[in-house]
Amino acid sequence: MAFLSYLISGLGLGSVYAIIALGYSMVYGIAKMLNFAHGDIIMAGAYAAFFAMTAAGMPLLAAALISMVICTLLGVTIERLAYKPLRQASSLSVLITAIGVSYFLQNASQLMFGSDTKIFPSVLSGSFSLFNGRLSVSYLSVLTIVICVVIMSVLTLFINKTKTGKAMRACSEDKGAAVLMGINVDAIISITFAIGSGLAAIAAILLCATYPSVYPTLGSMPGIRAFTAAVFGGIGSIPGAFLGGLMLGIIETLAKAYISTQLSDAIVFAVLIIVLLIRPTGLLGKKVSVKV
Amino acid sequence: MNVIKNLFSPKKRSRTISLLIVIIAYAILQIMSSTHNISRLLMSLLVPVCAYITAAIGLNLNVGFSGELNLGQAGFMSIGAFTSVIIAGIFNANGIEGIPVLIVCIICGSIMAALIGWLISVPVLKLQGDYLAIVTLAFGQIIMSLINNLYVGLDANGLHFAFVTNNMTLAEGGRMLISGPMGATGVRTVSTLTAGAVLVIIALLIAYNLIDSKSGRAITAARDNRIAAESIGISISKTKTLAFVVSASLGGAAGALYALNYSSFVAAKFDFNSSILLLVYVVLGGLGNMSGTIISTALLVVLPEMLRFLQSYRMLIYAIVLIAIMLISNNETLKTKAEQFRNKLGASKRKGAE
Repeated sequence: MAFLSYLISGLGLGSVYAIIALGYSMVYGIAKMLNFAHGDIIMAGAYAAFFAMTAAGMPLLAAALISMVICTLLGVTIERLAYKPLRQASSLSVLITAIGVSYFLQNASQLMFGSDTKIFPSVLSGSFSLFNGRLSVSYLSVLTIVICVVIMSVLTLFINKTKTGKAMRACSEDKGAAVLMGINVDAIISITFAIGSGLAAIAAILLCATYPSVYPTLGSMPGIRAFTAAVFGGIGSIPGAFLGGLMLGIIETLAKAYISTQLSDAIVFAVLIIVLLIRPTGLLGKKVSVKV
Repeated sequence: MNVIKNLFSPKKRSRTISLLIVIIAYAILQIMSSTHNISRLLMSLLVPVCAYITAAIGLNLNVGFSGELNLGQAGFMSIGAFTSVIIAGIFNANGIEGIPVLIVCIICGSIMAALIGWLISVPVLKLQGDYLAIVTLAFGQIIMSLINNLYVGLDANGLHFAFVTNNMTLAEGGRMLISGPMGATGVRTVSTLTAGAVLVIIALLIAYNLIDSKSGRAITAARDNRIAAESIGISISKTKTLAFVVSASLGGAAGALYALNYSSFVAAKFDFNSSILLLVYVVLGGLGNMSGTIISTALLVVLPEMLRFLQSYRMLIYAIVLIAIMLISNNETLKTKAEQFRNKLGASKRKGAE
């Protein structure tokens, strides 16, 4: 029973990683860049929700909506100002710019909100028991898993069934050809950033519901984890990001429970390395062969 | 005269210029410090700057010449640093102090980092592109996490190791060299600016000798066109491993120099952020450009300290400077302007020659 309860909390944590990784992976698939500032958009979303709930006294859903709007605007603005001028630049220049944006967001929030840790209001507490009380499952884990599955399904439908989704797939396949087909590539990239950042806001609230503290560098560790999850599943692939996130959450929770809390980081990354050795493009990644 | 001409021949020019930059900077700093015209803050930054330059030169070999994105260089610095702490501890316990300790530590640190770099390179170099980048990141995190849980003590009976929990009891007179998350403590500082400058010069000589050798040409060939290089019989895995291991060993040497400059430091000092910072130094200095790496590292290590008068705004300004440099250096209109200017300059020069 203990194993099952660890598994469920691992799935909950993994769902949060998966939501972040979805944003990471979509941006990578279409803009072909590692957006290191993605984690800091989570941080911005967490602060937005925190102030909406404590200072403005809004209910959770309204705060979530506000946080999503702010993150979406922030994501699109960053893309326009910092990444768009670098479309033709080398991928390393874009990477360094993303790091610069990440520093900027962290330090700006430290200046605006102070470096102290703020306690996020309790969102959803309580649990229900199964198997005559031998297994207790928190409502939060269930909610997180459900939200993650819903997001993943909606996103898959969106990508596969709508015209915009089709345009997105075209952009990720071949930008030059997409332009010739009359697709507005800049608009598609903006939409991708908007979706990714909106997802980051949802992840922020779920993350803060589990670990209720808000501080300026809140996003960097989940950011690295989500990046790992996206690569784990095959970067650029939406089901891959979902699977990678869940696996990472489960491995981390089980490693903490059964092996060692201090070494859980090392174990997660060791598993990643082993997976990449067996499948060099991640679990569900496409193998690209280069023509000579 | 011929010697000088030879030094500035197209093939040797960049090597000579980068060595001159180091020597001149060293001379100026020595004069400044002997006449006490240097602030204490700048003085305290000199050895770390040398360490970061050495590590960045190594990273430039990997990222600039071998073309592989490495996000774990700080991990190799960490290996070099903690190896040297253990060795310095043994030496100090036997009454040996000073520069010999530093030399042995730097050599051992770089050998240890090279060894682990070689072990890591086997799985790492099987991958390509961003997948390779994340595996180097993963190894950097693993190294940090392992050292964060490592306990090393020294007493009359020799070295004692413990992992995760510190369960050792040291004999009387023994002391802890590395105590897990508390890091290395009680290190006797021996690093000096002279030692740092010598290390940078050695790193430059190693880097340039590698680049100008047959193996170096194989490395750039493998970077520019993997398939073409393979088809003419260059072993890709061998060349990439060579660049990776040399890069790791320079990182280890840098770590050793860095470690013996502080009486205590923690493993978390060499985290993902420091790897990223090293990458920023290399990219800003220009991929494959050693002089650029030296200048950008020195400027970017000193810049945040010089911006202290801005107080809490300094890191914000630093971030803006970083983004601005990237945007300006990739601006199309500015690029064409620079190109035109260069062409004009070239034309007038040619005219003058006629």
